[in-house]
Amino acid sequence: MTDYILTARNLTKTYSQASGKFGFGNSQIRALDNVSISLVAGSTLAVVGESGSGKSTLARCLLQLQPLDSGEVRFQGRDLATLSGADLRMVRRHLQMIFQDPFASLNPRMKVDEIVGEGLLIHKLGSPEERRHKVQQMLQRVGLSAADMLKYPHEFSGGQRQRIGIARALVLEPKVVVCDEPVSALDVSIQAQILLLLKELQQEMALSYIFITHDLRVVRHIADEVVVMHRGQVVEQGSVSDIYNAPQQEYTRNLLRSIPGRKRVADLQPQA
Amino acid sequence: MTELLRIEGLTVAPLAAPGRLLVNNVSFALESGKTICVVGESGSGKSLTALSIMGLLPPALKRMQGHVNFLGQDLATLSNEQMRDIRGKRIGMIFQEPMTSLNPVLTVGYQIGESLTVHLGLSGKSLKTRISQLLEQVGIPAQRAGSYPDELSGGQRQRVMIAMSIACEPAMLIADEPTTALDVTVQAQILDLLDELKQRMNMGMLFITHDFGVVADIADNVAVMFRGEIVEMGSVRDVLEKPQHPYTQALLACVPDVEGKKPLKPIDYAWLNEGAAA
Repeated sequence: MTDYILTARNLTKTYSQASGKFGFGNSQIRALDNVSISLVAGSTLAVVGESGSGKSTLARCLLQLQPLDSGEVRFQGRDLATLSGADLRMVRRHLQMIFQDPFASLNPRMKVDEIVGEGLLIHKLGSPEERRHKVQQMLQRVGLSAADMLKYPHEFSGGQRQRIGIARALVLEPKVVVCDEPVSALDVSIQAQILLLLKELQQEMALSYIFITHDLRVVRHIADEVVVMHRGQVVEQGSVSDIYNAPQQEYTRNLLRSIPGRKRVADLQPQA
Repeated sequence: MTELLRIEGLTVAPLAAPGRLLVNNVSFALESGKTICVVGESGSGKSLTALSIMGLLPPALKRMQGHVNFLGQDLATLSNEQMRDIRGKRIGMIFQEPMTSLNPVLTVGYQIGESLTVHLGLSGKSLKTRISQLLEQVGIPAQRAGSYPDELSGGQRQRVMIAMSIACEPAMLIADEPTTALDVTVQAQILDLLDELKQRMNMGMLFITHDFGVVADIADNVAVMFRGEIVEMGSVRDVLEKPQHPYTQALLACVPDVEGKKPLKPIDYAWLNEGAAA
């Protein structure tokens, strides 16, 4: 039997939005419509979809950063929605997130050692000396130096900031990491570095990733399983090779057809 | 096949530090009905190249050297007034962010009509008909002319930007990462649209991107920029299939492929620096 570390059943989340003339009306938007996913321990589950498909809402709801309307999220057998504040905080140590925008997700007034060490401080892990040591080790692991600890976020490039974000998430030695478009703001060359770093760290620290992205080329490289979302619903899920080689749904086929670079491949093949 | 644009030895540097060449000795040419893609990482000088063609460099930067010949005219010698006649009328431009480059308090119809009024002197009924035509041409129903930008989706806004840029049927279109902010499916539609318009109007297109997938789909020729210089230039086939320069090879190696067979290789900058020094 497969060992699931995180399972979500029948998640539903509705936003209401002002609509109509002058915004007097009110319309409901189903961001998550009966979504169920399961994450196998030590693997990567990619959630793919276009903007507005509900993938970021899913990420936030899984970590209980946003209340669900209904449904349950089970992490190691416990339903997160039923946990109290203090219990939830304890569990959150094992559920971390890496954000999309490396410019907006780091506090500009905090130094790097404070940013990365904050989680350790909140969870009261180790003495100040141990914490410092841990932060330094983690920063070095993600490719930054000990000297960087005393710098502020604005002194770093986008790729380096994303490394800080990764260090902040991983210093707590979590079990599940939700990556919300971690490479979409980066250049391809930096993107490749970060993807490889995430893959290495996954093996070293036995992490399970939920990887949210709209880039199907990235998915192919990092994911084991894929969930395709469209308008708040899961339209298709399966292993990477199944989804790419034999997509069942028209929507998935359309997404795959839209990957840039395909046209030329199709043009070239008959001549080859 | 007429030559539209010829850039020779274009060099741009900040006024405060003239030794720091942000665009260094860039030369290329563009023919009508063709697309040249300028590819590079952020900071490689691709957007600055586009801006200096239009004479839109920020005041802190200066074109130190080089010529920009557009249909036999050196754009550097033109006055601001003459440049205004070229911008938007002879050379259209599409920017990266469809969310920020439209004015939120004016209807899209008005914004498309602005260049028609200024450059072609259209007004009244003929203006209205032309705006409707343009919207239909980019695949937006003509009734949406009265909509404000926030009532449109990202893809529709980018279509409005395209409608604005082709309103005066320019001979050349400069597109600076026009699809970067869009979903893949919308991106595919916009690329198809640009390709179709280019063929129908026999425009030359200068397309700036960092995505080799996009390059493969639309380019005829490719120029790869690295730290302000063009390191490799050629037909799309030659550059993508037989890259000569180590930087192009490295950049292609870090693009994930659809089949997922190729191992990802991040760029080793130290090695590149050595190569440059040697």
